[in-house]
Amino acid sequence: MAQKNATSLLAAIVGIALLTGFSIYALHAENEVSMLILLAAGLGGAFVAHKSGFAARATQGLQTHRQAGNLCIVFAFAVVVLVFRNDHFALLQLATLLLYSAVCIGLNLQIGYCGVMNFAGAAFFGVGAYTAAVLATHTQVPHPLVLLAGGLAAALIGSVLLLPVLRTRGHYAALVTIAFGTMFRSFLEVNDTLGGPQGLTVPGLQILGWKLSDGPELFGVSFSFYVNYVILAFALVTAMFILTKRIKRSWIGLSLDAVRIDETAASTFGIHIVRWKITAFVIGNLFAGIAGAFFAMMTGFVAPTNFTLADSLILLSIVVLGGIGNLWGILPAAAIVLLLPEKLQAIQEYRFLLYAVAVILILLFRPQGIFPRRLRAFIPGWGNAR
Amino acid sequence: MSSTLLECRGLTMKFGGLVALNELDLDIRAGEVLGLLGPNGSGKTTFFNVVTGIYAASAGAIRYEGSDISKLSPQQINRCGITRTFQRSRLCLELSVFDNIMIGDHQRLNNGLWFNLMQRARLETQIREAVDRARELAATFSRTLSEKLFEPAGSVTMIDRRRIEICRALISQPKLLLLDEPSAGMTHEETRELMDDILLVRKRIPGLTVVIIEHEMNVIERITNRCVVLNYGRRLCEGTYREIASNADVQQAYLGQS
Repeated sequence: MAQKNATSLLAAIVGIALLTGFSIYALHAENEVSMLILLAAGLGGAFVAHKSGFAARATQGLQTHRQAGNLCIVFAFAVVVLVFRNDHFALLQLATLLLYSAVCIGLNLQIGYCGVMNFAGAAFFGVGAYTAAVLATHTQVPHPLVLLAGGLAAALIGSVLLLPVLRTRGHYAALVTIAFGTMFRSFLEVNDTLGGPQGLTVPGLQILGWKLSDGPELFGVSFSFYVNYVILAFALVTAMFILTKRIKRSWIGLSLDAVRIDETAASTFGIHIVRWKITAFVIGNLFAGIAGAFFAMMTGFVAPTNFTLADSLILLSIVVLGGIGNLWGILPAAAIVLLLPEKLQAIQEYRFLLYAVAVILILLFRPQGIFPRRLRAFIPGWGNAR
Repeated sequence: MSSTLLECRGLTMKFGGLVALNELDLDIRAGEVLGLLGPNGSGKTTFFNVVTGIYAASAGAIRYEGSDISKLSPQQINRCGITRTFQRSRLCLELSVFDNIMIGDHQRLNNGLWFNLMQRARLETQIREAVDRARELAATFSRTLSEKLFEPAGSVTMIDRRRIEICRALISQPKLLLLDEPSAGMTHEETRELMDDILLVRKRIPGLTVVIIEHEMNVIERITNRCVVLNYGRRLCEGTYREIASNADVQQAYLGQS
């Protein structure tokens, strides 16, 4: 038994190492040919890992050795950051990936757990971004509070939107959020105070006197300033991930599931439908808003074109591809959706077409997403006790 | 004999032009097993839906332990100690058996945000207690079910799914249990097992009042103390199984004009 446990930990470590190596090469890849080779290798590798049971063993290892597994993940992240220490573009992509994942964690809470459709993820992301732009430019509010304010603004506007959302169900609730997303963009474009179509510039993030826009220097090695943002974004996503995981592994997660699956049955057992929809919607938008504020201060610039319905749909496809209700699927799905088109510029004309085909293929052959939802283990490691 | 637990007076439920319950007067006595009978469309399930607050009655009053509950929400009615099962299984098949049972205990679980997110140690204790409670309840029905607590509800047999539904309704220790045709879709053998289960529940929880909608006459005969027959949303007659079985009106309602 002990030996079996040890091999599963080994499998987890090898798996993480392979994934890290793969990500490094993928971020490095500059021409289409190498990208296509990587893509083929990735698909082949995933297939082999799945069929040989290696993937299952590695996941089991991560579950039984949680602390060791988490340490490995942090270590792998540190390696990636060190490799790209001076590559602005790769780091920016990495940070964007992380922030989009943060929004998707929020969307997963809303859609995957509670069943409240939200087609305006990018709009809530935008609310956070614009709030940060205005607050950081015109006030002296400390920047950590600006991030929080971005989240709160998104949550607040989301609560106003809740009035029509709660009165409708299914497709109709989705339409309400689509309408909001569209309106939000038009509002930004005609609003001169918010810069209109040109957008606004945003000062860089500063936390307790530490300017993130200055590249650090350690032991004589200089780093891109994006390293700061990447590390902080990673911390942010980790915090949101842990909170959401805890929600799932609690009575709240159970109530959210009950609301999603059968509202009528849930209410006969005393579960307040409205209360849980509000909870999920507000927390999800809070995450999106914080991520948006962070994004604005990282890129130093916000414009309406970043927060369109198309962006919301991209966010949604990340959730669907990764597996609705599964948080682990978000990061690889985000990598596929965001990085692939960037790296395959030559076929840019067709990228949405290819991308649509990829979504259809995955939905056809793996309708629950890359990583299907798992049964709730209230206490970590429960599933393995059997 | 015993006091009245729930009493309906002039209870009416209209869906547009359709009158599903028509000035129904019905009493449920504390501690009894009441059989609710009647042809299809006579208003039995509608009665359950109105009592549990899923539908708001068009007119009439429902007094439960002396107070009117006809204006209360399903959540408030559940808190009064009324639970039910559904005719067509409404389990969450993708959740575990344990999850499904605990949905029924929602009122007693601590659903505070701070508690669930930050006080994990206390939450864990509560979860372990809940597991014991659910396992014990499931074991009164079936040993195998209690061993499948962490399997998806969709993976167990039909009769075990019905049992999960009953466990979900019983875990909160209700005073009034409404069973909507528990034998639907069961074989004769399974129906018999299920009725043994219900009798067992009665023995374990002596004060529990049960209302059961059922079409299987031998089931009715075996487990009910008293029966009420509905027809066109009205009470056609009431009495013991023998009395209603020999009632000419009932025979006519079921079999048509002779």
